Amino acid sequence: MFGYILQRLLAAIPVMGFVALFVFLLLRLTPGDPAAILAGDTATPEQLEAIRDSLGLNDPLFVQFFSWISDLLRGDFGTSILSGKPVIELIADRMEPTISLALTTITLSVIIAVPLGVIAAWKQGTLIDRFVMLLSVLGFSVPVFVIGYLMISLFSMQLGWFPVQGFKPIGDGVGQFLHRIALPTLTLTLLYIALIARITRTSMLEILGDDYVRTARAKGLPESRVLMRHALRNCSVPIITVIGIGFALIISGVVVTESVFNLPGLGRLTVDAVLSRDYPVIQAVILLASLIYVVINLLIDIAYVLLDPRIRYS
Amino acid sequence: MNLSKSLKSKSPRLGGLLRNSLLSATVAGMALMAGPSFAQTLTAVKHSALRVLDPILTTAYMSRNHGYMIFDTLYALDSDLVPQPQMVDSHTVSDDGLVYRFTLRDGLKFHDGAPVTGEDVAASIARWGERDGMGQVLMTFVDSMSGDGNVFVMNLKEPYGLVIDSLAKPSSNVPFIMPKRLAETPSTEPIPEQIGSGPFTWVADEFQPGVKAVYAKNEDYVPRDEPASWASGGKVVKVDRVEWVVVSDDQTTLNALQAGEIDYWESPPNDLLPILDANSEITVRNLNKMGFQTIMRPNALHPPMDNPLIRKAAIAAVNQKDVLDALVGSPDYYNLCGAMFVCDTPLASDVGGETLVKGNGMDKAKALLAEAGYDGTPIVIMHPTDVGSLRTQPVVVAQAMRDAGFVVDLQAMDWQTLVGRRASQAPIAEGGWNMFITNWVGADVFNPLVNNMVNGKGPDGGWFGWPEVPKLEELRMAYATSGSLDEQKKYAEEIQKIAYEEGVYAPIGQYFIPTAWNSQLEGVLDGPAPFFWNISK
Repeated sequence: MFGYILQRLLAAIPVMGFVALFVFLLLRLTPGDPAAILAGDTATPEQLEAIRDSLGLNDPLFVQFFSWISDLLRGDFGTSILSGKPVIELIADRMEPTISLALTTITLSVIIAVPLGVIAAWKQGTLIDRFVMLLSVLGFSVPVFVIGYLMISLFSMQLGWFPVQGFKPIGDGVGQFLHRIALPTLTLTLLYIALIARITRTSMLEILGDDYVRTARAKGLPESRVLMRHALRNCSVPIITVIGIGFALIISGVVVTESVFNLPGLGRLTVDAVLSRDYPVIQAVILLASLIYVVINLLIDIAYVLLDPRIRYS
Repeated sequence: MNLSKSLKSKSPRLGGLLRNSLLSATVAGMALMAGPSFAQTLTAVKHSALRVLDPILTTAYMSRNHGYMIFDTLYALDSDLVPQPQMVDSHTVSDDGLVYRFTLRDGLKFHDGAPVTGEDVAASIARWGERDGMGQVLMTFVDSMSGDGNVFVMNLKEPYGLVIDSLAKPSSNVPFIMPKRLAETPSTEPIPEQIGSGPFTWVADEFQPGVKAVYAKNEDYVPRDEPASWASGGKVVKVDRVEWVVVSDDQTTLNALQAGEIDYWESPPNDLLPILDANSEITVRNLNKMGFQTIMRPNALHPPMDNPLIRKAAIAAVNQKDVLDALVGSPDYYNLCGAMFVCDTPLASDVGGETLVKGNGMDKAKALLAEAGYDGTPIVIMHPTDVGSLRTQPVVVAQAMRDAGFVVDLQAMDWQTLVGRRASQAPIAEGGWNMFITNWVGADVFNPLVNNMVNGKGPDGGWFGWPEVPKLEELRMAYATSGSLDEQKKYAEEIQKIAYEEGVYAPIGQYFIPTAWNSQLEGVLDGPAPFFWNISK
């Protein structure tokens, strides 16, 4: 197992290298000039050139690339072209809202969606199954921003229970943190409940007809044990996969939700950086997102082994 | 086991439990929220995020607004557009008009405690003069600048009538005064610190680009005694902190303002104004009487728009009302105005802009096209689709031009792509362009020196579009050296007339963006930029 993990981590290096090169070239080939953005409306061509020089944008592409990579290997992600702040600081500032939202959303979604999916499969064709499926269809069909606005309208504007927008770090107090993160979490949770409940139901339906489940029931095991111990565990691989990918999706940025609730997360950082052609920020955020995907995929693979002893990696 | 029955039988208890839990959580949350009091924090949502902190390096309005918070100026315009001393206590001009001697007010200090000196002023004005259009003109007249103690001396090569007007320039780039050590930073590089002598200090630790910028009251600031008027007069700060927060979604900003989570919204979109107007707890007012000028700018370098007749045809086809109806909607917030130097200002004139205002130029456009022998070469109009205040006009202008007989290639792109591409003087086939549309605040176009579009220097020193019209440059210099307002008006009108005749650009409407704030705020000032002194909460 350790060898497998090491192998996967080593395999991530060329992946990250390819992503770095791809992002770098893509940005340089995209129209737009950060120096022109910085210089504003009245800069002379000479001043524009001077700004490009000071930013290193006039260097040959390979010089720019290797300079960036060598800085990266030393842990220096560069500085934002526009604000002059270290990129690592900008990302660190945005990580807490994003990770908080991912953790609260996924936790709440799993707590609600997995039992719903199990019950829907167990009671296939009944009213509760149809209710879960209806919830699932709604979760998929209604755009997140609509749910968000409805939540704000009801819970913030009408009832005044929650603030409309903003984020408070957990360091400012758990109460304030939860108060601010509650509505965006609920909004995203509806989507993830739909996704996870549907996958859970489908997987359970396949398993519940298997011989070993019938055997377990024939042995007189309580239904809850049949469902949770025998059936759910054996269909956990696709569920874990969906949960993992869902987590990665939130971490790499849920721009709409962040915008509606004004959460200063990685999604908004990325969009802002792209719109202002802030190359060092874009490059770092995309590399980080790629790394997150690699790590989460690895964790999912490890979870497979722990949950299903039949799976072995050499 | 029948689960549905089981749930049903337990639902009253479950519902009660949920309700009690939710109420308890809410009460607990409210109690926690009540923690420290920030009654003296004014929270504002600006039109954009603050990213570049050097207001001389860039012309971005957010950087200018930031400059007004932490820096001060020698002079500032009042609401009658008259320059008033701000950091200056008094000044004298030698009889030959060549030596200006400025004495600074007592008690001026930078945020690091150092006194403001004439040397700081000289270095700041020199840096500003490298970057700003009006500053560059001023510098062509300046022989030398020096400082000694609280005195700043400017020696001119020849008399120049706009020295004080230049130092009172209200919009980008504003001649802010900074410590000499910062002002000696090359003007193509950002200053490394945010130390000014203005009414607010910069809270660097709390700055999150794209999220929040924080300013604290400068306790050492000595305001002038005169009442505040635009950026002149006493800059009396009446709150402890000002926070500029970024809320990227307009609906969320509206909700936050209504819920009292923010105090001030600089630029609410027009479609939300009726909701704000209907709310008695919110005040909506236009603070910037000069408003904004939206303009179309042809590129004079490449066919077919290198022909002035073609440029004039495009301008003649446009009806300002169509543009403004699409862009703004309510006539309460727009003005049909053909004055290049903005309506209701001393230099306002109708000359040349008649068809734009009356919307009766279509026949003239067709005639001009025929006269020019237009061969159907497509006109490439750059169309920024990501900026709400810029995405509408190109569509209207393109359709008007098509109606006149133009073939138009409306190319969608984001604003930053446009910003990069508009600097290209390359032919159309190599990434060039024929026309773009942009907006200016009135204070950036209200005279021939600050108005970049009437610059006639051509490809070498002109503004994007690069029309080469030597007569315009002659007139701009005549305006700059003229001795009276009457003379200035005469030259400004002549400049406008020639600019229209050459088709160098066209104002395609004047519009206003009101500001909305919680009615508990008092003392919100009018001005060409949003000011946060004088406001109490």
